[in-house]
Amino acid sequence: MKEISLHILDIAENSVNAGASEITIEVIENIKNDTLLINITDNGKGMSEETVAVISDPFVTTRTTRRVGLGIPFFKAAAEACDGSLSIKSELGKGTSVSIEFNHSHIDRMPMGDIEDTLTNLFIGYPNVDWLFKYNANGDSFLINGKEIKEILDDVPLSDPSVINFIRNQINDGIGKIRITE
Amino acid sequence: MNAIKSLEDLKKIREQALEKRKATAVSGSTQVIVGMGTCGIAAGARETMKAVLDFIENNNIENVVVTQTGCIGICEQEPILQIVVGESEKTTYGKASPTVVEKIMQSHVVNGKVYGENEIQI
Repeated sequence: MKEISLHILDIAENSVNAGASEITIEVIENIKNDTLLINITDNGKGMSEETVAVISDPFVTTRTTRRVGLGIPFFKAAAEACDGSLSIKSELGKGTSVSIEFNHSHIDRMPMGDIEDTLTNLFIGYPNVDWLFKYNANGDSFLINGKEIKEILDDVPLSDPSVINFIRNQINDGIGKIRITE
Repeated sequence: MNAIKSLEDLKKIREQALEKRKATAVSGSTQVIVGMGTCGIAAGARETMKAVLDFIENNNIENVVVTQTGCIGICEQEPILQIVVGESEKTTYGKASPTVVEKIMQSHVVNGKVYGENEIQI
């Protein structure tokens, strides 16, 4: 995967598979501190301490369709390649929080890529999840609250053509205006 | 655009969508499912999903529900797209790149014919 935003999509999928009904994705760019932070927090089923301890091993997975799990190890390696880190906090029955820190100006930091697309896909592709997206770049912030939007839409589905258009524009305009990463 | 104004816009969008639904009285809904496991994402599933949404938006297609799912165990065929029309059985498509997606959507969702070239048996 060549974009941070593809890794974000991948980690968010884990939250969905953990049965989360609320998932928050937060991106914070700060040029002064030279950091790019990403937090993905869910209220899914969580993991035991033992599982968290071994989750970065590619040969550990809970899936039944194949025997390797590459998502977390991939993202961890990408962060560590540019003096960053990936950490996981989790509690059984409560949820999981994955935090990734990148050195913003590091030459080996992969580009953010199409984060707008990642968020739009998640928002529409998992209508049963209440998504909360927060983007902050040098103090300018954007927020989109899925629960609020779904309450207004009521019985109109998220994959209605005019709703897709609305969501996409909200996310593209909101993040496009403030993002710093390429 | 400020948040309150955009929520007002959303209310209008909802009303218009409901009006349209009443007018067309569509029968049976169609489900489009895009595989979005690590394998799918690495093979370009995000662009596949985008192509599905683009198609619906550009062709103003009502009554389609688009969802994502995890790895279904045939990673070598990713990106994978599945379509269920009404009560009929699920059709699975492999190697569904954005250009293929357009053909599948046109053939299966619009014209009701399975697009044989990329259909796979699972």
